[in-house]
Amino acid sequence: MSHLEIKNLHVSIEDKEILKGLSLTIKQGEIHAIMGPNGTGKSTLAYTLMGHPNYTVTEGEILFKGKNLLELEPDERSREGVFLAFQYPVAIPGVTVANFLRSAINSRRRAENPEDKGMPIPEFRKLLKEKMDMLKMDHNFAGRYLNDGFSGGEKKRAEILQMATLKPEIAILDETDSGLDIDALRVVSDGVNALAGPELGVLVITHYQRLLNYIKPHFVHVLLDGRIVESGGPELALHLEEHGYEWVREKHEETV
Amino acid sequence: MQEKPKVTVSRTRRSDSAAKDFSFTQADVPASNGLASFRASAWDSFKKLSLPVTTDEAWRRTDLRLLPASDFKLPQDGAYEDLPVVPDYLLKPLTGEQHGGQITLLPGGSKVELDETLAKKGVIFTDFRTAENNHSDLLKKLIGQIVKADDGKFAALTSALAQNGILLYVPKNVQVEQPLHSVLWGPGANLAHFSHLIVFVETGASVTYVHEAASPEESTPAMHTGIVEIHVGENANLRFVELQSWGRHVWNFSHERARVERGGNLDWIFGAVGSRLTKNFSDLDLAGEGAQGRMSGFYFTDGTQHLDHDTQQNHFAPHCTSDLLFKGALKGKSRSVWQGMIYVAPGAQKTDGYQANRNLVLDDQARADSIPGLEILADDVRCTHGATVGKLEQEPLFYLKSRGIPQREAEQLVVEGFFDPIMQRIPFEGVRERFQQAIQDKLSK
Repeated sequence: MSHLEIKNLHVSIEDKEILKGLSLTIKQGEIHAIMGPNGTGKSTLAYTLMGHPNYTVTEGEILFKGKNLLELEPDERSREGVFLAFQYPVAIPGVTVANFLRSAINSRRRAENPEDKGMPIPEFRKLLKEKMDMLKMDHNFAGRYLNDGFSGGEKKRAEILQMATLKPEIAILDETDSGLDIDALRVVSDGVNALAGPELGVLVITHYQRLLNYIKPHFVHVLLDGRIVESGGPELALHLEEHGYEWVREKHEETV
Repeated sequence: MQEKPKVTVSRTRRSDSAAKDFSFTQADVPASNGLASFRASAWDSFKKLSLPVTTDEAWRRTDLRLLPASDFKLPQDGAYEDLPVVPDYLLKPLTGEQHGGQITLLPGGSKVELDETLAKKGVIFTDFRTAENNHSDLLKKLIGQIVKADDGKFAALTSALAQNGILLYVPKNVQVEQPLHSVLWGPGANLAHFSHLIVFVETGASVTYVHEAASPEESTPAMHTGIVEIHVGENANLRFVELQSWGRHVWNFSHERARVERGGNLDWIFGAVGSRLTKNFSDLDLAGEGAQGRMSGFYFTDGTQHLDHDTQQNHFAPHCTSDLLFKGALKGKSRSVWQGMIYVAPGAQKTDGYQANRNLVLDDQARADSIPGLEILADDVRCTHGATVGKLEQEPLFYLKSRGIPQREAEQLVVEGFFDPIMQRIPFEGVRERFQQAIQDKLSK
């Protein structure tokens, strides 16, 4: 079982504490959603899990499959099976989607076997086409420069394409619904749902309930001021949709 | 960076720091029947001109005070026999399956091969030693027409002393299918290597030509000075690739100019990864209506390398197109200079000129100077230019790493991506591979 265990996590950026003791456990096969108003630390959690150098963990631990994730570089975390779908994927001019994905796959193969010569090109092409078809993507997408001039929808689709190709054990989706129209949202969600299953743990980070109509979470958590203050089932998301975050804030104002 | 000047010290420094002049004498000018007067007059120019100093506009960013000019000597005839031989990889074709001809220029000698069928068509591809005997009139007619001996100190020196040279002549309407290749191999301590290339493509003819200059790494300084003279005739076509991988002990200077006649087309590719210091002048003269020229440059410096490339796109006739893209990456404490100018002469209407220089600075102490320029004396033209100096940014690297790609490979991907627009302009797989190899080698240092 691939567990992700976050225990009492404190994270600062430039000496400002953002996460103040966050704890959460995600098991394989589970879909968790973290919701919360802007500025409560949702993206900080996503970046910290992936190991972004600007985020400093001052206290607490993150264990994945029993290993201390905090000791690993971002690329090592990825090869262990952690995947982050970025809210704002960066453009890499001059590097095609295909070239990039082949490098990512071959890095995995080489980490396992330093002698590995890389995935044969016909096999890679077949794999990529299969995944692009699943996400209803035009095949010439493979030859475009990564995220360079992509529309919002294309960027998010490219993130899910990467997820489908790299087969993570835990996927963190950071505001994957932002900037998507309803059709794109459906395609992206269908992609995530097709990948979800007993092998994959999913953490959906979102401001709005909208995405959760398409990706059904088993657990919903509310993040407020750097801590999880409410946890529940899917009904919690609906309650938030109806009543907003104000009641959570009022309820926890005194304790915070 | 500069030390604080002290009055007493700076006075001593001044007298010490001026570059010593060359110790060549008139006796070093090669004896020749055909080229005697050309060389004699070049020698006069050489004596008249002084070594460039940083107060000369073109040399403002390239300082020659450490050039050990007086140490350099001409190689004796046959000197190459006691020096390291040309490595095999330099002799392999970079374009196409097979060479139509190959010339190796060595210290004190040269080797020539040319496909017989090309020779029968009247194609001349030979070294100066042979050309002086067998094609003396043609050589005499063409030499010094495009790059003049008095274009500069180094042009004069090369004109006067270059015994190593290449004459490539493609007669009217002859299409040379197989690429021609030459290698200038310059091993040897304290040696001065001179090369003079003349490429003359007649009306309606076409050819692809690759020239490489290289040396092993040595501990004692050496120098190369070169001239490249190119003539692309009416409706003729030349693809010219020049690659430079001199050792880090080599001071490298060149004056190059291409003249393109009406309807002619030049695709000119530069690749530079070597030398201690390089100063290169490359001029494109679009002389006839509808002439086209494209200049594509790739460079990658590291350590304390200094690479200075001066380019000029001269539009002398209407309806001409010039398109320049130079891209470079820099590591360590290295420095690059690119200074470019598009000149549009009066009456050169409907000119389409483009120049761009992009730099990627990989280390804090590396520095790239990028100075574009336009001088337009016609009123119906389109000229655009751009210059950028950027750094390797953290976010793209983090993104790549988050997909399992280790730091060094991530850097390599970003750098390769940066160079991709140049690679797209190079129609030769072998040349692209050479550049990719250079990127790998430089990044892993």
